Amino acid sequence: MSAVLTRRPVLSRLRAGRAPLQAVCLAVVALVVLAAVLAPWLAPADPNAVDLGSALAGPGAGHPLGVDAAGRDTLARLLIGARTSLLGPLGVVVFSTVGGIAVGAAAAWRGGWLDSLLSRSTELVFAFPGMLLAVLVVAVAGEGLLAPVVALAVAYLPYVSRLTRALVLTERERPYVAAHRVQGQSAAQILLRHVLPNIAPVVLAQSAVNFGYALMDLAGLSFLGLGVPALTPDWGRMVFDGQSAVQHGYPLSAVLPCVAIVLTVVAFNVVGERWADHVSGRNR
Amino acid sequence: MNALDIRGLTLRLPATARPVLDGVDLTVGAGETVALVGESGSGKTLTSRSALGLRPAGSTADGSVRVAGTEVLGAGPAVLRALRSRTAAMIYQDPRAATNPLRRIGDFLTESVLLTGALDRAAADRRAAELLDAVGLDASVLDRYPGQVSGGMLQRVVIAAALMGDPALLLADEPTTALDVTTQAEVVALLDGLRRRYGTGLLFVTHDLGLAAAISDRVYVMYAGRIAETAPAAALFDRPRHPYTAALLAATPRIDAPAGRLAAIEGQPPDLRAELTGCPFAARCPLADDRCRTEAPRPRPAPGAADHLTACHHAERLEGSAANV
Amino acid sequence: MNFLRFAVRRLLEMAATLFVASFVVFGAMYLAPGSPAGFLLSGRSASPAALQAINEQYHLDDPFPVRYLRWLGQVLHGDFGRSLTYRTDVSRLLADRLPVTLTLVAMALLIVVVLGLALGWIGAVRGGAADSAVLVSTMVAVGTPSFVAAVLLQGLFAVRLGWFPSGGAGQGFADTVWHLTLPAVALALYLVGLLARVTRSAMLDELGSEHVAVARARGVPERRVIVRHVFRNALGTVLTTGGLVVSTLLVCTVLVESAFSVGGLGQLLELATTTKDFPTVQAVALIVVALFMAVNLLVDLVHPLVDPRVVLGARRSAA
Repeated sequence: MSAVLTRRPVLSRLRAGRAPLQAVCLAVVALVVLAAVLAPWLAPADPNAVDLGSALAGPGAGHPLGVDAAGRDTLARLLIGARTSLLGPLGVVVFSTVGGIAVGAAAAWRGGWLDSLLSRSTELVFAFPGMLLAVLVVAVAGEGLLAPVVALAVAYLPYVSRLTRALVLTERERPYVAAHRVQGQSAAQILLRHVLPNIAPVVLAQSAVNFGYALMDLAGLSFLGLGVPALTPDWGRMVFDGQSAVQHGYPLSAVLPCVAIVLTVVAFNVVGERWADHVSGRNR
Repeated sequence: MNALDIRGLTLRLPATARPVLDGVDLTVGAGETVALVGESGSGKTLTSRSALGLRPAGSTADGSVRVAGTEVLGAGPAVLRALRSRTAAMIYQDPRAATNPLRRIGDFLTESVLLTGALDRAAADRRAAELLDAVGLDASVLDRYPGQVSGGMLQRVVIAAALMGDPALLLADEPTTALDVTTQAEVVALLDGLRRRYGTGLLFVTHDLGLAAAISDRVYVMYAGRIAETAPAAALFDRPRHPYTAALLAATPRIDAPAGRLAAIEGQPPDLRAELTGCPFAARCPLADDRCRTEAPRPRPAPGAADHLTACHHAERLEGSAANV
Repeated sequence: MNFLRFAVRRLLEMAATLFVASFVVFGAMYLAPGSPAGFLLSGRSASPAALQAINEQYHLDDPFPVRYLRWLGQVLHGDFGRSLTYRTDVSRLLADRLPVTLTLVAMALLIVVVLGLALGWIGAVRGGAADSAVLVSTMVAVGTPSFVAAVLLQGLFAVRLGWFPSGGAGQGFADTVWHLTLPAVALALYLVGLLARVTRSAMLDELGSEHVAVARARGVPERRVIVRHVFRNALGTVLTTGGLVVSTLLVCTVLVESAFSVGGLGQLLELATTTKDFPTVQAVALIVVALFMAVNLLVDLVHPLVDPRVVLGARRSAA
């Protein structure tokens, strides 16, 4: 198997010379991350403070982006919501990367029965779409952020482990591995000190690509009311909360989190894909 | 009427300092075999492709390219379609890359003449069967895919496909380099036989002087976008009058020559990004003097041999000193 | 390899994977905290006799392997047990809900295939500004979750403009299509972007290949070159995304049906999940996984017909 990055939508054709797009997307990523970090200081109000009198009010003094149907400030919920909306995918990416590297490296390095067992399990996981797995786990474990994050991490793990396995397989044939062996280094030492640092950029690029998808999936779960608890500000949850207002002709409180989701996902996708192209050296 | 008549063809690419083809004159008579020899980047492939009206995107061309009397430079789509499906056809280096792996061989053979309306279905099928027989293949390959036959067989298919429109001119662009040695010989013999049988003019593009000598009536030696020397094959090999030809000959292993060291040609061909004054070979030529570096040599006939033209100021000094540069 | 033997081998493999998948699905539900009996009583206190009756009705006292095998045997006979929420047979629920979901998925698939291929074609063949437009629009499309598309479409075309109903599944064919148009578009959007990009990239690869240059050099008219050599050759690559496309469509019906209250399989899964209706969740999950595998099997069987280079059995994975 060749070491090819898995990118579900093929963004790899975004040619060089589109530097402005890349810069804009990088800026959006930075902005969203900054907003999430500084949210408590930036938020104009308590995101859960209810002001029923001005429910569904448009943008105005005191509420720059308006108020939702429950009378909560939309800007405050967007800013605080950025934290949950980004932390969830971050958890998915961290879990799936660490787990995927461990599984992939073990399968490639040990080979034999371990390899075939892990490869079989990987195929089984591929048969469960991430959302389905997450829904199943939520059905079992109940609502909350942790269960879907773990479920999605498991669903995304095969993408990382398959890539790692292929990379480690090519890497272990390199002369330097044999050289370190002769010097008496243990397999674990060689793997940790030399092989993993060499393959890390490619694997991390794959994880960056996964981030956007994890964000989409988690927001979807929150939209179903299966993700974060009801009162936690979260973009997916905000769309869910705002949907009935949309049906009554007040779209703002749902449209804004929609825009936030799309902008963030697109920005992460573009940055991740660019990075993936860069490290895999096929800048087509 | 000549199968191919190229007069003063000059081709410029964007962002280059000198023309990539510079005043190329080349003719292929009806039924004649002509070899065009040069190293990679000398412009031999560009020259042969220009006969099909194929030019790199963004290039500009001057001069004249006539195929069986029809001017190709600046011709409209209809003329080009007729030219490419009937009058001229090309055989490619790698038959695997040249054929669509998803289409049956029969479809590949008839596609060009059918889609351009040159032949109807029945005539095309008849012609395909006849040509397959002529290249020594069984009619059963018609239903096979390119991936199901060997490289040598596939090159025969490509040759048969080129002859579908009964062309006046056949362009063979290194047609044997991707094949193994025995298959090479078969393909060369086959091409020669087909040329005789169908009376087709053949322009054989190669970097292999030995092969050029074996197959052709006349040889053109190309260097840095210019014709360095042209002569009947025998004359060129016995009495090269251009230092580049002589150096190439010295670098070619020959069975009939005494075993000795093969001479490599020192240096690199001139860069396309650099302006060129004088003779393009001057930087690598042992005979080069100040005149060579300032004044570009025009092709001049050898004394008593009007068909032996050499673009060298010192052609006379090389007379009779083959392969001793 | 013989086609029939290959098909049979793949079918057996698929059955084995499905068996393991069913084990995972059932096992997960078994491990769930809180007993279904507790849910059925929904907090009311019950006499030990009533509890006993419930446990017997749903076989909750049997050991795990016995319950699993009984469940599996029933599933193989088309019996998915009784829904805890709806108090009716799950198979009846599925039979009621499946048609509308399949209609929705079919409509979305049609949009995905037609629009995805067309956009990819335009991007690859036209180039220039058209290509940039395709790139940017598909970039947004693959960054838009289906529920976001659903809410935005609903707000604009159902509420603001009133062109389409904002929910429900409709009665009769024309009405159903009218009701399902917005959900289908929302469901399709992401995959249109995905397929357009795959198509575009595969066509660009072919456009750069030598056999295309050869076809042109042989005088084949440009339109025919694109159809016969570029598009046709790109189809094999596009086909390999089939499994991914169908499974994504099926799973995202959960989001879109919920947004539009379509009342199909997706909404059933959502409601069953929130109410811990395990038999229903198990059934829907198994069906989605089985459909995904079936489509992948179909792709594997059809691929050699589309591309003679692909040998039966030498699998190319899609994702």
